[in-house]
Amino acid sequence: MEFNPGAFLAPVIDWLNANFHGVFALITRVIEAVLGGIEAALLVLPAFAVIAIVVAAAFFAAGLRVAILAAFCLGFCWLAGLWEASMQTIALVVVAVAIAVAIAFPLGILAARRRRVEAALRPILDVMQTVPPWVYLIPAVMIFSLGRVPAIIATIVYGIPPMLRLTTLAFRGVPNDLKELGQAIGAKPSTILWKIELPAAKPTLLVSLNQCILLSLAMVVLAGLVGAGGLGAEVTRGLTRMEMGLGLRAGLAIVAVAILVDRLTRGALERKPRAV
Amino acid sequence: MAARLLANKNNRVDMESNEVLIDCQSVWKVFGERSAEAIRSIAERGLTKREILKEYNCVVGVSDATLQVLRGEIFCIMGLSGSGKSTLIRLLNRLIEPSLGKVLVKGRDIATMDAATLRETRARHIGMVFQSVALLPQRTVLENAAFGLEVQGVPRDERNRAAEAALAKVGLSDWKSRFPRELSGGMQQRVGLARALTSDPEIILMDEPFSALDPLIRRQLQDEFRQLTKDLGKSAVFITHDLDEAIRIGDRIAIMKDGVIIQEGTAEQIVMNPADQYVADFVAGISRLHLVKAHSVMVPVDQWRRQSPGLSLDGLPHCSPEADIDMLIGKITGTGSDAIAIADGGGIVGVVTTRSLLLGVRGEPEVRAAA
Repeated sequence: MEFNPGAFLAPVIDWLNANFHGVFALITRVIEAVLGGIEAALLVLPAFAVIAIVVAAAFFAAGLRVAILAAFCLGFCWLAGLWEASMQTIALVVVAVAIAVAIAFPLGILAARRRRVEAALRPILDVMQTVPPWVYLIPAVMIFSLGRVPAIIATIVYGIPPMLRLTTLAFRGVPNDLKELGQAIGAKPSTILWKIELPAAKPTLLVSLNQCILLSLAMVVLAGLVGAGGLGAEVTRGLTRMEMGLGLRAGLAIVAVAILVDRLTRGALERKPRAV
Repeated sequence: MAARLLANKNNRVDMESNEVLIDCQSVWKVFGERSAEAIRSIAERGLTKREILKEYNCVVGVSDATLQVLRGEIFCIMGLSGSGKSTLIRLLNRLIEPSLGKVLVKGRDIATMDAATLRETRARHIGMVFQSVALLPQRTVLENAAFGLEVQGVPRDERNRAAEAALAKVGLSDWKSRFPRELSGGMQQRVGLARALTSDPEIILMDEPFSALDPLIRRQLQDEFRQLTKDLGKSAVFITHDLDEAIRIGDRIAIMKDGVIIQEGTAEQIVMNPADQYVADFVAGISRLHLVKAHSVMVPVDQWRRQSPGLSLDGLPHCSPEADIDMLIGKITGTGSDAIAIADGGGIVGVVTTRSLLLGVRGEPEVRAAA
């Protein structure tokens, strides 16, 4: 006797493919359009102009050190000849994170308010976090075929658990007296959420966003295996052709992008509240 | 400062209207999964707090509390931790739903209000100040003070004007653009009070607001709070675990123990006639000098005549019935007389003797000691 969940799942995927093809095609088209737009925006200006803009933004958002670091990281990507691939990867991460946040944030708040929702979500999140990411790619590819869309889908699945867990933690951590204050002054639940809970939860929420971004970046690179393009594709090419130089350059570019993204979000996170 | 405080206490707020702002009728709060059953068995079988805990695993937070807060008065609820006082104050603005009983705010039952009406009532009629202050750290003092009006959708200029006026009342005008973390504990609590005043409610609920402050600041804030509340004509329900504080601030005091209000009355009534040993132990250490008034320690004129034949009322110095023990002692030591005639509206209503005065210092009325 052998238990084979795939034997049950594969027909389900086939059935989905046969009956919901239109839906998946629509999702594919929307994601492709958004991705294409972001990519085009990043690539419409010459590399040095983009670098200048990012460095200036980093300076104002997070200070001089982060600005220098940003110049260094993006400069490396450019000089290594991987500018286009780097921008593709960043576009993938942006779209994946945006969708992951859109799903995880409201669910995280709901889980913070209702014990039952949290109890129901917990095992699902456990599975999502522990199943090796390659495994998600299989059904994603079966449904959306090769390319950037299954990569995005798998990345979203990978990015949701940390975001969701930390969102729940952040909202649980809002001091009870602040929530009581909101009720006592006659604030609406939505006002309490936006004006009291969200600012109080902000530091933890920014940590969760940071985690979500870094994990998504790792996954997007892995998704080079299914034709996601970007730096992941360069790494895969280096691996399959046994080209040490290309693999190393692409690998270092990934590190550069990761450091840039991490420091930028962290810098914004650690920024002091408004001056007096 | 003491003189000012005394003056306040003496005029005792002329609660001329006697309008009841909060009417709390036999309110119960039982916490726990089986609270509904527990409440039923309390009503049917009259179980005690301990039996409820044993039989239903439910905690009785407040048990059969009845109180009325009048317009213009400061009502203190005094009790130790776990006595249910914080639960009781939260029942008054329905931050906690009562299990049984009724709470009427300005004649309207708040338990039956829909969400919007309840919000409206809280926003306009009942302010609240918390022990932990609960200031929003990312907002300035002014923004914190204006927060109540902000959530009501009052335009910025208008709410800032109201907040500035409230901050001026608590003496924090110079601090309005600072952040809460830059303020001391006492100043933060002043901001909490200003925030409650900004919405101009008739009733302010004070949940142990000064408990975390050091003694000197606490006394100062107590006096300021009493003065401000009286000047603005507000009513307040003031929670405290400190009897001295209750006496300094409260027009009337309710003492709570194990969720039950065991005694309610003015400070003088409670000190002179404690309802049970628990209250008696509490008031034992309280100085009577400024609390107990001549009308509580005087003996009837007939009794004085019987006890001291041959003496005439005419030779005695006079005092009003509202004179406190401190003042009476001053009179006796100053004039060398053994007794003081208490005059009210032209007639002599009683006599304070050295003996009755000494008994009064110990908190024993002459009448009870004689009996």
